[in-house]
Amino acid sequence: MKQVPALKIDGITIGQSLAIIEYLEETRPTPRLLPQDPKKRASVRMISDLIAGGIQPLQNLSVLKQVGQENQLTWAQNAITSGFNALERILQSTAGRYCVGDEVSMADLCLVPQVANAERFKVDLTPYPTISRINKTLLALEAFQVSHPCRQPDTPAELRA
Amino acid sequence: MTESGKPILYSYFRSSCSWRVRIALALKGIDYEMMPINLVKDGGQQFSKEFQALNPMKQVPALKIDGITIGQSLAIIEYLEETRPTPRLLPQDPKKRASVRMISDLIAGGIQPLQNLSVLKQVGQENQLTWAQNAITSGFNALERILQSTAGRYCVGDEVSMADLCLVPQVANAERFKVDLTPYPTISRINKTLLALEAFQVSHPCRQPDTPAELRA
Repeated sequence: MKQVPALKIDGITIGQSLAIIEYLEETRPTPRLLPQDPKKRASVRMISDLIAGGIQPLQNLSVLKQVGQENQLTWAQNAITSGFNALERILQSTAGRYCVGDEVSMADLCLVPQVANAERFKVDLTPYPTISRINKTLLALEAFQVSHPCRQPDTPAELRA
Repeated sequence: MTESGKPILYSYFRSSCSWRVRIALALKGIDYEMMPINLVKDGGQQFSKEFQALNPMKQVPALKIDGITIGQSLAIIEYLEETRPTPRLLPQDPKKRASVRMISDLIAGGIQPLQNLSVLKQVGQENQLTWAQNAITSGFNALERILQSTAGRYCVGDEVSMADLCLVPQVANAERFKVDLTPYPTISRINKTLLALEAFQVSHPCRQPDTPAELRA
């Protein structure tokens, strides 16, 4: 697929972030990233797919290259605002402390990086108070901090935390 | 749910995402009611207030089942798998399940969203065909290679899985956008094998309640 991420684990290589996460969940089940209840699991997957299938692919690097430099910002902003308009409404029914109830799930793993993209593309987040609140709560957790783009081995010096 | 207690599927005959769910329901023998949503008529019925209240994503498919409404075709299929587990749509082995999900996500996240109706509207009419063809060929180039390691009779081994439910509708889109399928012999072979199965036939766009007369089988 010529894309990241790819995970080499247990003798196989898996591409596609959600396929990787579901594999980790099935083989290293604790702590859970998907709730036990099938209806809540459906909400987690729906939110994850909305972001990973409905927003991010429309504003990733290769698509932006195709739309051309002068159109890129508007294009990315449109992709994100359309998706966030829907997501904000969905979260109003599903969210507790986090995207779905009060446990961190795969949906939260999709939310935070997408909000970071939104900020990079200068999307106004005022219309999305639930998204903003959950994002802020998640960013305080250690796992979201150690994994942050500003703290990676390949983070350029000028962007390093 | 309806008076009869049947699930309700909001679908458009030609929507590849809706087709995936129609196949799943057919394979699992789940009886349901179809509510057609025309994505083109009246400016797009998915934008109506009623439909938006049901599915804020303003997209098909959406499935009303067991007192909830689920959007996103793969989230729907995984819910059906977890609550109506036979026949299976995901293998038992976690590594094979990873392959099924990887292929499904490649198609549902990596190809289809780039050539769906709302994106094509944005690229403009004169660019649409090339744009859609690029999205599909990039994805199929990767998929053909992946299938060479995973495929047996079907996308992953010899059992029909969620990956196959994604493949057939995407090949139909490829044909609609006049993509040359010669470079993709594995995709073509698997597609042909699947189309012979009843679930893929009853769910076909040409046989739906909302299929226009001129496209009806």
